[in-house]
This record gives sequence, structure tokens and C-alpha cells, in this order.
Amino acid sequence: MRNCLVVDDSRVIRKVACRILQDLKFATDEAEDGLAALAACRARMPELILLDWNMPNMNGIEFLKTLRRERDGQRPIVVFCTTENDVAHITEALGAGANEYIMKPFDRGILEAKLAEVGLT
Amino acid sequence: MTDDDFSFLAQIVRRRSGLILPAHKPRFVTGQLAPVARRFGFRSIDGLIAELRHGRDSLARAVTEAMTTNESSFFRDKPAFEQFRDLVLPHLIEARAKAKRLRIWSAACAAGQEPYSIAMLLDDAGLAAKGWSIDLIATDLSAEMVARGEEGLYSHFEIQRGLAIRRLVANFSQEGGNWRIAENLRRMVTFRAFNLLDSYGWLDDLDVVFCRNVLIYFDAKTKASVLDKIAEILQPDGALVLGHAELVRGLSDAFVPLDHAPMLFAKGKAVAQRYAAAG
Repeated sequence: MRNCLVVDDSRVIRKVACRILQDLKFATDEAEDGLAALAACRARMPELILLDWNMPNMNGIEFLKTLRRERDGQRPIVVFCTTENDVAHITEALGAGANEYIMKPFDRGILEAKLAEVGLT
Repeated sequence: MTDDDFSFLAQIVRRRSGLILPAHKPRFVTGQLAPVARRFGFRSIDGLIAELRHGRDSLARAVTEAMTTNESSFFRDKPAFEQFRDLVLPHLIEARAKAKRLRIWSAACAAGQEPYSIAMLLDDAGLAAKGWSIDLIATDLSAEMVARGEEGLYSHFEIQRGLAIRRLVANFSQEGGNWRIAENLRRMVTFRAFNLLDSYGWLDDLDVVFCRNVLIYFDAKTKASVLDKIAEILQPDGALVLGHAELVRGLSDAFVPLDHAPMLFAKGKAVAQRYAAAG
């Protein structure tokens, strides 16, 4: 089963995203910020990371830049999922190695469509 | 709504558009009618239908338009666009190299997602920069949808279904919470309200027709008539793109289905063989 790490400081968002991903046959893990996500990745690199931008301790973009420098850090597909909905943020995320970008609020249809974009459906 | 009212409504919609109203979905029908009733100042659907029985043309038109399904997304059923890009377009670029002209019709364009998806692929191929003349004609029964297509402005939710983020950034600009199609792509498309039951005389010499997810709402006779009319206006080596649930078998001899490209239909065996060899 494919594995997805959902990184978001909102418990509600993590819960909603995990439920959708589980319906789509993903095994899910959760992390509440970038630091916790990095620890999770070092323990076991997931195939997919759904990543919020604004989080305490380490934000999404810092996490992504650090992840991509890690051993096997190029491997996970990273999909940002954030309220930062402007072109400057999107461009920065793509530049840092994000594969796709979801602008919140999102729904199941959008998440499915974005996973299709990265070849994960 | 009484059975008699439903039959009356279904008759009007069918006569005006060819659409068969789903008798098993009365909630869908009343749900679609509710905004029309409000717009025309009726307190109930019954009142709307009573007025419809008096033959008010503007109301009948609005009711018919409301019954069309306008659900769409960019690059909906992606394989159809991949087949167009990988099989049809290379053939046309070679076959039309002298004239450098392409004519493509998006026959049920909804709010413009389909023609703009096609425009993005043509833009990717750099045809305009190479001096090609592109006629991308987009029609829909609904004047409201045509106006939305011309506007080219899409919500946060519409834009995120079917569009890769890199394509969004490259081909749209942000306006508040919405996204507007790039001007070079908007200029590539000519929108017009059009009923597929009407004469296709103003459309001719088309290279490709996208007529997706429309035929499923027609009866067999109307399907066959629409396919015949499309065959007449397509170039001899033209292509037809249908929705994933739509077939031509038993309806038209003009189009040849392709085993490896289930939504693509070639006009004539020669071009079908060419596509088969390319695929």
C-alpha cells in the first residue's frame, strides 16, 4: 500500500485529508509541523507528502528545502496544500522542489485531480 | 410536479434541444428549474410551468438551457486530449503544412474549459508562432455558459480540477480569488451560442470536432442526425472526439473507431489506419 505523510498543524485538516487518502487506498501518517515531518521521513521515507505552508517550528517551505537535500529526499512526491494562494508562493514552492500545489480550501475532487496530475491514482 | 407537467416540460426541452429529461430524476429537474423560477419571479415550479404552457419563448429558452449539464473541467478525460495531441495534431501539422490553417470545433464547450484546454495544447505546439492560422470555435446551447467562456474567469475550485499547477501559472493570471485565462489563449477561441439541432451551414472544412458528453443525452435518432451533420462538415481526414461513454456503432458509418484510442474516431479508413500505425 502506498504511504502518504500528511503535514499540517491543523488536526481537522489532517483528519479530513487522511480520510480522503485512505479512501484512495493510501496508508497515512501525520505530522504537525516540519520538524516532526522531517523526523518521520528520516524514519521512513513516504511516497507522497501533503504539505501545509504555515506551521510552527519549521514551516512547509523550510521542510521541503531540507527534505530535498536528505538522502532519498528527492524520492517523495510533495504536494503543497496551503492557504498561500498567490503566484509568488506557488513559484517559490515549485522552485524548492514541490511537484504539485493545492490551494485551500480543497475538496476530495481537487485532491484526487492533483494526485492524478502526479501519477498517483 | 405532476406527471403531466413533467411530460410537458420534457417535450419542450426535447423539441428545443434534443435533450431527453431523466424521468427517474425529478429532483434534478426541479433543482435545475428553481433558479429559473426565481429569476422570472415565480413563487413555485408549478407557477413556472403554468406560464410555460402559455408559450412564453424566453422562459422556454431559459428552462431548456437550465436542463443542460454544464459540469466540466480543464483536460476532462485526459486521454482524449493526449490522443488529440499525440495522434491527431501531428497528422494535421503534416497534412496542413502548406495551408498552415487548423479549424477545430468544441461543440459543447460549457464555460470554456474544453476549448481553452485545446488552445493550451496548440500553444504548446507553438503553431501561432510558426505562422499558423487557428480557428477554434466554441459553442454551447447555453448563452450563459458562452458568456462565461468569453469571460475566461474561473474560480479557485474550477481551476484546480484537471490543470497541473505549472500550467495554471503559465496560462492564467490571478484576479483576487479567481484566475483568468491568458489573453493569447482567449483570442484563439471564438465563442457562440448554438443549438446542435440547428443547421451546421456556417461550420465547414473542420479538421477536428470535439463533441463530448452530449450525445448521451440524446435519443438514437438525434445522435445519428448530429453525427451525420458532423461528418458533412469535417474534412475527409478529419477526426471526431467523443466522451468516454459515447460510441458511433449503429449510429453512423462515417466514423471509424480506433482500438487504442477509444474516444477518438477517424473520418474514413485511411486516416484510421494512419492513427493506428502512429499509436
